[in-house]
Amino acid sequence: MTDTDMKKSASRFKLPFSVKIEPRVDDPPKWFSPMLSVIAVVFALLIGALVIWLGGGEPWKAYAHIARYSFGSVGVLSDTMVKAIPLMLVGLACSLAFRMKLWNIGAEGQFYLGAFGASMIVLLPVLPEDAPKWLFIITMIISGMLFGALWGFIPGFLKAKYNVNEIISTLMMNYIAIEWNNYFIYAVWSEGGFQMSRMFQRNAWLPRFSDLGKTIPFFRGLTTHMGLLFAIIAAVILWWILAKSQWGYEIRLIGDNPRAAEYAGVSIKKNVVLVMMLSGALAGLAGMSEITGVVHRLQGAISPGYGYTGIIIAWLAKLNPLAVILVSILFGALILAGREVQPSGIPTLIQGVIIVALIASDYFLRNRVSITRRMEE
Amino acid sequence: MNQEKLSTETEIVVRMSGVSKRFPGVLANDQVDFDLRKGEVHALLGENGAGKSTLMNVLAGMYRADGGTITVHDQLVDFGSPREAIEAGIGMVHQHFMLVPSQSVTENILLGLDEPRFRMHLPQYNRKIEQMAEQYGLHVDPAARIWQLTVGEQQRVEILKMLYRGADVLIMDEPTAVLAPSEIDELFNTLRSMTAQGKSIVFISHKLHEVMDISDRVTVLQKGAVTSSGVPTADVTRADLARMMVGREVVFRIDKKDVEIGDVVLSVEGLKADNEKGLPALRGVDLNVHAGEIVGLAGVAGNGQSELSETLAGLREALDGKVMVHGEDVTNKSVKSGIRQGISLVPADRTLVGTAPNLSVTDNVIMKNYDQSPIGHGWMVNSTEAGNYATELKDDYDIMVPTIDTSVRLLSGGNLQKVILAREISSDPKLMIAVQPTRGLDVGAIEGVQKLLLEQRESGAAILLISEELEELLSLSDRIYVIYEGEIMGEVLDGDIDKIGQMMTGTRLEQIDTQGDA
Ligand SMILES: Nc1ncnc2c1ncn2[C@@H]1O[C@H](COP(=O)(O)OP(=O)(O)OP(=O)(O)O)[C@@H](O)[C@H]1O
Ligand SMILES: [Mg+2]
Repeated sequence: MTDTDMKKSASRFKLPFSVKIEPRVDDPPKWFSPMLSVIAVVFALLIGALVIWLGGGEPWKAYAHIARYSFGSVGVLSDTMVKAIPLMLVGLACSLAFRMKLWNIGAEGQFYLGAFGASMIVLLPVLPEDAPKWLFIITMIISGMLFGALWGFIPGFLKAKYNVNEIISTLMMNYIAIEWNNYFIYAVWSEGGFQMSRMFQRNAWLPRFSDLGKTIPFFRGLTTHMGLLFAIIAAVILWWILAKSQWGYEIRLIGDNPRAAEYAGVSIKKNVVLVMMLSGALAGLAGMSEITGVVHRLQGAISPGYGYTGIIIAWLAKLNPLAVILVSILFGALILAGREVQPSGIPTLIQGVIIVALIASDYFLRNRVSITRRMEE
Repeated sequence: MNQEKLSTETEIVVRMSGVSKRFPGVLANDQVDFDLRKGEVHALLGENGAGKSTLMNVLAGMYRADGGTITVHDQLVDFGSPREAIEAGIGMVHQHFMLVPSQSVTENILLGLDEPRFRMHLPQYNRKIEQMAEQYGLHVDPAARIWQLTVGEQQRVEILKMLYRGADVLIMDEPTAVLAPSEIDELFNTLRSMTAQGKSIVFISHKLHEVMDISDRVTVLQKGAVTSSGVPTADVTRADLARMMVGREVVFRIDKKDVEIGDVVLSVEGLKADNEKGLPALRGVDLNVHAGEIVGLAGVAGNGQSELSETLAGLREALDGKVMVHGEDVTNKSVKSGIRQGISLVPADRTLVGTAPNLSVTDNVIMKNYDQSPIGHGWMVNSTEAGNYATELKDDYDIMVPTIDTSVRLLSGGNLQKVILAREISSDPKLMIAVQPTRGLDVGAIEGVQKLLLEQRESGAAILLISEELEELLSLSDRIYVIYEGEIMGEVLDGDIDKIGQMMTGTRLEQIDTQGDA
């Protein structure tokens, strides 16, 4: 029986070249994984182009348009940054949690709670209306991050204590967060029956480049706000924590092998709670900076799904905090200028293709493919 | 025993010639010639990292060779996957089983095959597999779920899987490393019945007496190259084999210095704990270990040894009883406080518990002291210090690895074990709990580890050595406890093998003594 089996395999049809796929026997070079991210993006853009072409459009023109309207001048570049700021912060939030294989998909809800926490300072009010700007900024940061952290703490605690799956709990918490905000804008802080709060007074706004427009004309009209600084500082701190600190080492250890971490005396429960809280705080900071830097009032629909886009950004950046900044700018451009091309279709499609291509590209991280001609063997 | 039947004109089933395989930084196989005859057991010997697993992975289609040719039944082959290899009749049983725990034996065996197509006629296949099991003496219930089986039974399922797929060459990579002595005997009976029915077997092991016992011929690898090729086992002695492997004489006797026995370091009273399934695993264990003493714990695998080691290290909850270290009550204290107190543990499972596979060698050796000076520095990990430490351990313990930044999943089994030992011993433990510390190590490395343990003893550490290998326990230990079903049956001071054997099967020391008196 085995003899015939063997002959069958030996007489199989052969191509003039052979494609070898073997499991990788070494660590892939450092540049390999970022390169896959780039390829995923290019691939997604090509698919997008194909769809535009099939729809009778002109892909290259559309892309040139996107590029012009997102990077073409200082003005639009500034708008791109405004879009990128919340993405950076939620991208960081997701990267941190994912490093520990903790699937926090609740950045959306944590974002809403951060926005709520910041608004509360003005609307409750916690501070008098004429309090100094710096005091407003500091209290709003603290409050926004605390509320985000609280929203991360709940699923973190449930996971640590009762082993509740965090994917389900964080997702569900998103809906609660949105309804929580709705309650306040419909009922408590509603202004004249509209589903929004009153506009915050100016000393509760984050500083923007345009504030300097009077003295430096170059900055006139630029809406990029202080949130950019928060995001960059947060990225650097997070990078430092993950790469250099003892806590970062614990997070990597748990992410790779929880049983080994336990054996090394690292408390998994404590870290699940802490990481969920910090992740929530970062997403909360995103909500805070969006409310105080851009919207200037509490209202519904403050996020077009930033929390979910943050998941894609984190993967595309390979969970590297510094790369999150760059990837977010790309996505900011895609969201901003993509809307110029088409309100939702193509940009969303491109995001979707990116994530699929990324997941598929993992195969090349694990296997090596080489093509050789038969003769050479 | 079937050597008489084998003569030189017996059919050659597999011939590998000039096979080379290079990994980044190492030439794992260097122009290796290897042949396998029909109906023989061919042992493959060599130090850790000599390239045994690599060579057999090439034959089984896991890796492609960089050079050389392989013929099976005189046909040139070039396997691109394990599937192609098994189609040509070559199957490999890896050290880590690849079974689905929640499925039955039959389901696991059928997994990935083209038949049954749509409807599973399980009873019919159960019968077929039962017959096959009968034929080779592989006793296992086809309807049982994998998680219910012992390690030995799971191994039989892996073998059946290969036989069912029509393997007539079976490669076994360190099959005995995970087995209890009685299971080893059964495995050997199976192997003999398989060769009697015309199958050929490649057998990898570090245990020379097993090689002497089961194999017909031996091939020895050293640093990737063949040094002795297909030597009939009957023509050599165990000492010859050791010399062929290591390239020098290996002393099997170890000289143990007399050491002043110090204070009690570990004392355990009435310790009770459950296993994963919530069943009692320890039913009141009493024992103690003094400074400067190696105390052995003998017993058949699964009688509570691993639970005991985990409870002592703080990894498992003690339900009752007391654990004292240096007179301080440490029952149910955290793992970290245990580490701080100088308790070190060499765990039984090096991949599941002992290491983080995708992290580097450096990250793996600092697991216990990343938060202690000089590697821990304030909130930071001092990466220079960590790197120096890793390099030092790599050199001191002779860990074969291209760089300290390599992920440990790429290390050979023995080298991985050395990473763990290096980490645990270099922390200068006061109490060392070593579970099967020499599992998977070659004779040279075993000698090294045993020396290290004795050095620890001389420097005043207390060592609890948990092992299923009596020989090792007898040669290293000052005293030996025997554990059976979670209870200590008694303590032996003079290394009386008969007594230990009786206690391992559940007779208490008092019962033996009274029998002796009567
Ligand atoms: N996937 C891999 N990538 C890089 N190096 C590898 C890989 N697999 C094995 N090696 C290296 O190749 C050499 C041979 O390894 P191999 O696993 O074949 O040794 P072995 O003889 O089976 O040793 P052991 O007795 O310890 O199991 C070692 O130096 C090992 O580190
Ligand atoms: Mg091996």
